[in-house]
Amino acid sequence: MNNLLPLPVLLPMFGAALTMLLGRRPRVQRAVSIVTLVAVCAVAGSLIWITDTQGVQSLWVGAWAPLGVVLVADRLAALMLTVASLVTLFVLIYATGQDEEEVRRETPVSIFHPTFLLLSAGVSDAFLAGDLFNLFVGFEVLLFASYVLITMGGTGERIRAGSIYVVINLVSSLLFLTALAITYGATGTVNMAQLSLRFGALPHDVTIGIQLLLLVVFAIKAAVFPLSFWLPDSYPTAPAPVTAVFAGLLTKVGVYAILRTQTAIFPDNPLTDLLGWAALATMLIGILGAIAQSEIKRLLSFTLVSHIGYMVFGIALATQASIGGAIFYTAHHITVQAALFLVAGLIERVGGSTSMDRLGGLAATAPVLGVLFFIPAMNLAGIPPLSGFIGKLGLLMSGVDVGTPLAWSLVVGSVLTSLLTLYAVAKVWNRAFWGTPVLGPFAPDETLPDDAARAGKLPAVMVGATAALVALGLTLTAVAGPLYGYVDRAAAGLLGNAYLEAVLSGVGR
Amino acid sequence: MSPNLTLAIIAGALIACGVYLITERSLSRILMGVLLAGNGVNLLFIVASGPAGGPPLIGVTPREEMADPLPQAMVLTAIVIALATAAFVVTMAYRSFQLNGHDEVADDVEDNRIRELAKADEASDSFEEIRFTDTGADVVSE
Repeated sequence: MNNLLPLPVLLPMFGAALTMLLGRRPRVQRAVSIVTLVAVCAVAGSLIWITDTQGVQSLWVGAWAPLGVVLVADRLAALMLTVASLVTLFVLIYATGQDEEEVRRETPVSIFHPTFLLLSAGVSDAFLAGDLFNLFVGFEVLLFASYVLITMGGTGERIRAGSIYVVINLVSSLLFLTALAITYGATGTVNMAQLSLRFGALPHDVTIGIQLLLLVVFAIKAAVFPLSFWLPDSYPTAPAPVTAVFAGLLTKVGVYAILRTQTAIFPDNPLTDLLGWAALATMLIGILGAIAQSEIKRLLSFTLVSHIGYMVFGIALATQASIGGAIFYTAHHITVQAALFLVAGLIERVGGSTSMDRLGGLAATAPVLGVLFFIPAMNLAGIPPLSGFIGKLGLLMSGVDVGTPLAWSLVVGSVLTSLLTLYAVAKVWNRAFWGTPVLGPFAPDETLPDDAARAGKLPAVMVGATAALVALGLTLTAVAGPLYGYVDRAAAGLLGNAYLEAVLSGVGR
Repeated sequence: MSPNLTLAIIAGALIACGVYLITERSLSRILMGVLLAGNGVNLLFIVASGPAGGPPLIGVTPREEMADPLPQAMVLTAIVIALATAAFVVTMAYRSFQLNGHDEVADDVEDNRIRELAKADEASDSFEEIRFTDTGADVVSE
């Protein structure tokens, strides 16, 4: 069954090649993309079952053990893969719902589907990578796809936002390469399992340097304060589906990489203080930024930064409960944040803008939209019994268990952040959904007879895809019991030796 | 293994020049910087791979005289990525030039908003006006 492992990377790559060839036939192209992603979801789902029943799976690609590329799936990687591929699938379906006119404006070229699939391949590769260099390659694949997607159409605003995004990520890639060269010079390997053994024999000064360099790289990708400044400025300008998949996945790949390096490579040195304070600052500064915004997409980008802090909180404390909480929160946050950005795209269609100054009364104009916004927004703020509440509760309890002053500060900080998140989304609700309906200067189809008809203009496919993503968030709530058991086992696996043994069994160390 | 000092110094110099260029505003200079620093980092891999040796082919070179092939494979990958980077950034710089007449990375939205707020604040007492004007005319101080 090990041979399933390359499929989440290979399928989207072949799909990308095929859709590239089919560039002139949009319908076939869409069908190929959707079939590919459905297949990836199926593989990822079966990996969840396999890793949970049979333990960590690994595959030395081309049997080049112990020098070559190794793909590893443990419970964490399988869960991330599944959630990521489901979200990618729904976002892609949402994107296919755009009508012809919008396709010309938002995704004007036939390269949208190939690039989107390559992004998915890069994300899968990063989740499955068992060595740092393959992780780097996975990052580069997804970054290059994201460069193309964020500047899609090449309008002035997107080039401006894209320039910042591209330069930041080029610098972080350079830092990553430097860290790899130093790691190889110090240890003679980039395999994570071998590194965890060999770093133990090296002086602390050497390993701490490499660890900090890697953390800086991943913190840039994950948008951890103070390395988060680029995110709210570059995400909101991209087309809605692109923003949704970026917000859902790309930062979480950074969080995943932090979690993986902290547990697999440097298990003896959790850097609790550094990561803990960074997490606290990320939560509070992110959410204060969100409150100051009057534009929905920018506000959501700031809440994204803020909630990355919760995951870093769990990683920093490095207990089984806190890491389990962080994994659960990551899975929850991918679905919720992507759903909210898709809703923001729908708001833009109905209201003609995502600026709260120009919106109003959407709850009357488009009641469906109101429901679709309300559920993930409450989920984000952590209202019981939704999954956001469960994830936060798990993190808070783990913080109380640790009981150090830092842990208590994190507990207080995260409760405060949660309240302020509620304030921020309530502000959106009050200004955009309540009040008298305002038709912005760009409101589409003012000739339509009444508000209901205008709301009816939302394409069923887009509403359906968004509803499916919202429903996925609710499913996480419904299966929270078994899922929490699963993430707890995943956290136990991360803190134990299972990963090491699965990768290195039968090969040299 | 003793590292090759010459290579390390060259790598350091390349990365230093690259970092200096990356701090510029123009995208084409940033690209030059990224390429220079990238080459510097590639040299670091060569430093990490130890002393030069023969081609790592079984049957051609005795095992103890082989060069370490793994860092070279990594450098090859990095070079390919650098090529793609160059292609993409040049395109983006050109598009930026088409749209704006220059290829400079613009201020972000938040900076502009803070500037707007500062303008709105001009009426208040705490506002301190700092303005540099250059009318183009020669001004002789009295």
